Amino acid sequence: MRNAWQTLFAWLDERLGLHSLYQNLLDRPEPRGNWWNTLGSASLFLFLLQVATGIFLTVYYNPSPDHAYDSIQYIMNEVAFGWLIRGIHHWGASLMVLVVFIHMLRTFVTASYKYPRELTWLVGVGLLLLTLGMGFTGYLLPWHQMAYWATTVGTQIAGSVPFVGEFILKALRGGPDLSALTLQRFFAAHIWILPALMFALIGLHLYLVIKHGESHFPDKDD
Amino acid sequence: MSGPNRMTRRDFIKITTGAIGGVIAAGIGLPAIGYLLAPALRQDKAGKPVIVAKLAEIPVGKPYPFSFTVTRVNGWERTANVFGGFVIRLSEDPQDVRILSSRCTHLSCRVNWSDEAQGFICPCHDALFDRDGKVVSGPPPEALGHFDYEIDDQGNVVILPVERKTE
Repeated sequence: MRNAWQTLFAWLDERLGLHSLYQNLLDRPEPRGNWWNTLGSASLFLFLLQVATGIFLTVYYNPSPDHAYDSIQYIMNEVAFGWLIRGIHHWGASLMVLVVFIHMLRTFVTASYKYPRELTWLVGVGLLLLTLGMGFTGYLLPWHQMAYWATTVGTQIAGSVPFVGEFILKALRGGPDLSALTLQRFFAAHIWILPALMFALIGLHLYLVIKHGESHFPDKDD
Repeated sequence: MSGPNRMTRRDFIKITTGAIGGVIAAGIGLPAIGYLLAPALRQDKAGKPVIVAKLAEIPVGKPYPFSFTVTRVNGWERTANVFGGFVIRLSEDPQDVRILSSRCTHLSCRVNWSDEAQGFICPCHDALFDRDGKVVSGPPPEALGHFDYEIDDQGNVVILPVERKTE
């Protein structure tokens, strides 16, 4: 006997193709299980965690020199579970850089970047740079001394490029000095531009992983 | 090996993954609900009582002006607003006191006592209120508000800084 849920699921499955979606996305054939192969999923999980906690933080955070610091103090001390949401975002950021790096190291060591997965690797390099970009732009947002001076130095380093250095520095800061414009554009990059690019590249990355399947670990014959 | 009640490895992994995922989702989701709704659950702090005058220093019959500051905290912003009013002793009896707000009920200008008119005059539109705060002439829609008060042991007039409508 089919109960109501099974009937409902069958109805949806017939129209959405849930079962084949599940088989193709989650029930793929895998090479012999290895924990190192879970780091990509771990990176994806951390990314989604950062997205969720980041969205929550924008409910109270205010990206202006007058209010940025005070609004974060408010999140940490006054808002229920504000310390938890910001804590997860803060530590999750560092953890994500670490996990993405180890994921990349695993891909390198097992030579998984070779044919036909060269594009998966290149998109992954883009994702690493975007992850670091998220770290760099997010670091300024608390607008305390450490954030201010780290960004001063960071943008100066970018400004040391021969010939176009000054242009890059001004483009990053929104002018010659670190100002309200810098905070505003770092915020825009941190919550709109970089995440949008990341979503796009992660989609492509996952498509390629599913299309080519996962590589097996190299053995004596490889 | 596998009896009718034995779980397959696959099902075990599926259920475990789902359970851990559910715990993580709840661990983030439930605090997040509290986080979003925190401002709605916060109790509005009632204003602390304010000492505005010593009763002995107030002459009977002539309205005695006072003002006080109320600081409201919204998030990380503090806003100080100055409010004012008049203590009016109707007789020598310490309980026979009325405390009116000086905020005109028309557009919130501050009214002044006028000996000549024996009433409160609003400088903005020349409205006139009588000694009890009732509208005599002009645009205000209702009488001046009043404050609840008590006289403490030292003879101070202590008001609750919440303006109340006068019927």
